[in-house]
Amino acid sequence: MNKLVVDQLTKSFDSSIILQNVSFSIQDGEFVSILGPSGSGKSTLFHLIGGLYRPDSGEIYINGERTTGEKGRISYMPQSPSLLPWRTILENVVLSSEIIEQPNKSEALNMIQQAGLEGYEHAYPAQLSGGMKQRASFIRSLLSPQSLICLDEPFSALDEFTRMDMQEWLLSIWTEHRRSILFVTHNIEEAIFLSDRVIVLSDRPAKVQREFTIPFARPRHSSLMLTREFLKWKKEIFEELKVLV
Amino acid sequence: MTQRFIRGWRPVAVLLLFILLWELCSRWFDIPEWLLPPPSLILETGISSWADYAPHLFSTIRLTFLGFMIGACFGLLLAVLLHLLPSVREALYPLLILSQNIPIIVLAPLLVIWFGFGALPKLIIIVLVCFFPIAIAAMDGLRQTNPEWMHYMKMSGATKGQIFRKLEWPNALPSIFSGVKISAAYSVMGAVISEWLGANKGIGVYMTLASSSFRTDRVFVAIFLIMGLSLLFFLLINLLEKRMTSWQRKGGGVHE
Repeated sequence: MNKLVVDQLTKSFDSSIILQNVSFSIQDGEFVSILGPSGSGKSTLFHLIGGLYRPDSGEIYINGERTTGEKGRISYMPQSPSLLPWRTILENVVLSSEIIEQPNKSEALNMIQQAGLEGYEHAYPAQLSGGMKQRASFIRSLLSPQSLICLDEPFSALDEFTRMDMQEWLLSIWTEHRRSILFVTHNIEEAIFLSDRVIVLSDRPAKVQREFTIPFARPRHSSLMLTREFLKWKKEIFEELKVLV
Repeated sequence: MTQRFIRGWRPVAVLLLFILLWELCSRWFDIPEWLLPPPSLILETGISSWADYAPHLFSTIRLTFLGFMIGACFGLLLAVLLHLLPSVREALYPLLILSQNIPIIVLAPLLVIWFGFGALPKLIIIVLVCFFPIAIAAMDGLRQTNPEWMHYMKMSGATKGQIFRKLEWPNALPSIFSGVKISAAYSVMGAVISEWLGANKGIGVYMTLASSSFRTDRVFVAIFLIMGLSLLFFLLINLLEKRMTSWQRKGGGVHE
């Protein structure tokens, strides 16, 4: 069953077309990455799916329901952790579920433990490192009741070591709490390593350039990134992107 | 606590030195008491005439507290209203600033003419003095919400009310407290001014009576009472702030 269907989305701001006839879909429990150059309209695509704006034309369906322009239908993890400094980690991770319904504190505590943030439940965000904040931010999106999670370049501000760590961590958590994930990134390795499918967007206006189905079996480990097969995929996607620049 | 004590010794030392100098000057130059009483006499008067001014003091405290509370609530309400209704804000903002350009000294007698010698004109003056710093600080605090957090809340489907309660309001609290502290200090002055212009009780009245009978020592007692009251009020608000925004002081720590 299709979790998310994006059908022929077109959006322009001030007469410049940002998205043009973008269509794709995500299956239930699938991990799909959107890859594209910076400023290629990936964020705009997210804002449309999140319902912040209405598209000029085209529709969005979540769970088969038309949700074009409706807010609160996706769970969202932004680029910066966006944890509120006056809330403890526990209070922060239940924020998104609080917006939709009554939060479940015991489930949240459980999740914090699984995420390796045990002992920080009652700490404030300022007391955590960058990677830990992103973990908290991801738990927050997992605790939200919506079944589709949209991640907007969540690891782009982290250093290389923390980033690799976080990618493996994300996969391990995701394997346990299976959701449909739409992941936006401009990092080719990250996209291949994490995803079932990679969708390459072209630059200005953004169109779906090509779709790659990544065949690697799960669970995946970071050693995968050094295999010949992985590098072959990287090369192929890189060449696809090079055409665009 | 000890650290605060160690840091606090400098201003205390300067103050003590100043008082000592004052005392010595008034003795050496033989300044008449009605012109400038020495600190020792002020202290003596302060202790001996406690029974005289105590009712005045309590009346002023009551008036200040009531006026401050009304002013603070009014200021906060106004800020929230203007924040939520940008068009009203544009219309009222200039008026708000103009309200602070009214000379209180001139306004006060008029208020007495309109509303008599009761509590109402006095409360109006204190409210007028108090609401402004709070309203401005609260409006600024509400407006300066981190756009990233705002974006997150909107993407998560938060309603306007949820954004206000969960994001804008707690975010504005430190700023609001800056305004509240200024207002707290002003409110005592406001109360004293309002009492000057027609009251039968209060530090302001005590002060007018003392100065018209050349009891300069009592005037100084009144001055120090006003200063002490302002300080006390300020400290109370500070304490409240520390309790309500305790998260601000917890940076670093557990992780490092």
